[in-house]
Amino acid sequence: MSIFVNSQTRVLVQGITGKEGQFHARQCIEYGTKVVAGVTPGKGGQLMDEVPVFDTVRAARRETGANASMILVPPSFAADAILEAVDAGIELIVCITEGIPVMDMLRVKNHLGQTASRLIGPNCPGIITPGECKIGIMPGAIHKPGGPVGVVSRSGTLTYEVVHQLTQVGLGQTTCIGIGGDPVNGTGFLDCLEHFNADPATEAVVMVGEIGGNAEEKAAAWIKQNMKKPVVGFIAGLTAPPGRRMGHAGAIVSGGQGTAAAKIRAMEDSGIYVCKDLGTLGRLCKEAFS
Amino acid sequence: MKIHEYQAKELFRKYSVPVPEGRVCETTGEVVQLAGEMGFPVAVKAQIHAGGRGKGGGVKVAKSAAEAEAAAGAILGMQLVTKQTGPEGRLVRKVLVEKGVRIKKELYLSIIPDRETATITIIASQDGGMDIEEVAEKTPERIIKVPVNPLIGIQGFHLRNVCFGLELEPALMKTASAVLKSLYRLFVDYDCSLVEINPLIITEDNTILALDAKIDIDSNALFRHPDVVAMHDPFEDDPAEAEAAKFNLNYIKLDGNVGNMVNGAGLAMATMDIIKQAGASPANFLDVGGGANAEMVENGFRIILSDPNVKGILINIFGGILRCDVLAKGVVQAAQQVNLTVPVVVRMEGTNVEEGRRILAESGLTLINAKDLADAARKVAEIVA
Repeated sequence: MSIFVNSQTRVLVQGITGKEGQFHARQCIEYGTKVVAGVTPGKGGQLMDEVPVFDTVRAARRETGANASMILVPPSFAADAILEAVDAGIELIVCITEGIPVMDMLRVKNHLGQTASRLIGPNCPGIITPGECKIGIMPGAIHKPGGPVGVVSRSGTLTYEVVHQLTQVGLGQTTCIGIGGDPVNGTGFLDCLEHFNADPATEAVVMVGEIGGNAEEKAAAWIKQNMKKPVVGFIAGLTAPPGRRMGHAGAIVSGGQGTAAAKIRAMEDSGIYVCKDLGTLGRLCKEAFS
Repeated sequence: MKIHEYQAKELFRKYSVPVPEGRVCETTGEVVQLAGEMGFPVAVKAQIHAGGRGKGGGVKVAKSAAEAEAAAGAILGMQLVTKQTGPEGRLVRKVLVEKGVRIKKELYLSIIPDRETATITIIASQDGGMDIEEVAEKTPERIIKVPVNPLIGIQGFHLRNVCFGLELEPALMKTASAVLKSLYRLFVDYDCSLVEINPLIITEDNTILALDAKIDIDSNALFRHPDVVAMHDPFEDDPAEAEAAKFNLNYIKLDGNVGNMVNGAGLAMATMDIIKQAGASPANFLDVGGGANAEMVENGFRIILSDPNVKGILINIFGGILRCDVLAKGVVQAAQQVNLTVPVVVRMEGTNVEEGRRILAESGLTLINAKDLADAARKVAEIVA
């Protein structure tokens, strides 16, 4: 078992003929993901390797039965691409693109709430159920199929670091989700935790947060009340200066809000095993989850 | 992206948000002449990208030509230190000279995107002219928050909630509503991440005026705002950060002595934290991107080494799709191009790591290999100790 994606997921790639789109579509296919279609307006009828390309998401869905989309288009076109996928009734939309204006995401987020589509990202590495389906830009080889750990994170390479350590200590993963580093995103920590809690194959969860906002605090409060499985947490940015955006648009301490210290405190108060030293995360999980 | 107060007020004028009569000046002569034309008193306000200018001596009121000359002389060219500039302060190159106004009441008004509710939120308070964070902490009941769903836009009831919340006189409601509506439109049209007026004043003759103006604009939206790009003031940039931005590198200068270069923002933050835990202090944040290549690493080296405080460098790279062997070649190539004056500790993990480590070891360069994160931090901390 897993959450959100599995071996049955049929993926289309928006922006498949671009440099990034082509490269990562191929990587996903190589990993075993069912990439059934691509969408690039004006290039309908062409093939990318063996993948049929369509002009619109609606046409791609109609012809191929795609139910998930990976978006790799430039930021100025990304909100349009997400909304097009929503309009076509795509169930899971994974937006990798970094640098989408906040105003665009505010509109997208409010519209999404009125539909059945789920958005992961933007500004994220994507989602992977190891051995079954990879929708994103993460290196597939570092993952270990079969669970029992679910991973949810706001970061990219930091998530790879965490997953790599889990794999090295022999802990496989059910599903790993990068929810993205933007201030306004789709699926959040809470949503992922609820699904991991309900997934029988997931026995424990690693949650990787960073400075900015209060999503980690909210998730911690939820965990205290509802989580039946052990959670290991890590927060990046203890040394980040206030008022500065640390690479991710959402990683900023403003007006004393969103500090790493406050998040760590909230996590500890909720019974989460907080990892203080990233180098030991794998070992800590091994102990906490045994 | 931040813009100056005088630029924010130009945008206010464009949206019919009332501001005091005034103009930006660069010399004392200009200030004295303009003040003479407008009539006294005038306010002379330093134009830098930092708050707390008044307390730092960057805002003065002048009641005569002599006082205007003295104020301009004191402010123009000063190294203005505020709580937001750091101890080195910021050189003042321009002042905004404005006609004095008689204040009856000071209000606070701002608009921000609220990440938690995904709304555009209006924040208002009767306690204008004060530090709003302090007001929010000590007297939260004095703060009005009105969230606006961006799909619906600003409605009459939003305006009423703000106006009645501020206990405005009935005679002022219409003007205040028009001002608020215009500000909302400006906020959306210009992809703002902050519009703040502190104070928004009611004058003795019962008009509303934006005495101060602060606007930040979402850098990710600049592609659709060429007029804002033209407002960019390069003198406000940190030179090293601006240089890094040219190469698409995300660099933030800090005050420690361990330079560090990492691929990915989250891992970069975590690396800074580890340096601190090892007893040293990071000199910077530097994210070379999820897929770092030789050219980026080389530029990263140059930018880190431009900081004279740096006594050692830690490179922390997680090789994913971009494999460690390719990255190692990049690091070696970059190290050969740059005149490395300080020791470099390299911690590398991920795909093809063995091959990557071999390339580093056989490079003939004095790169120090670390076996894991803790080892890397310890080694670099020892170097700078």
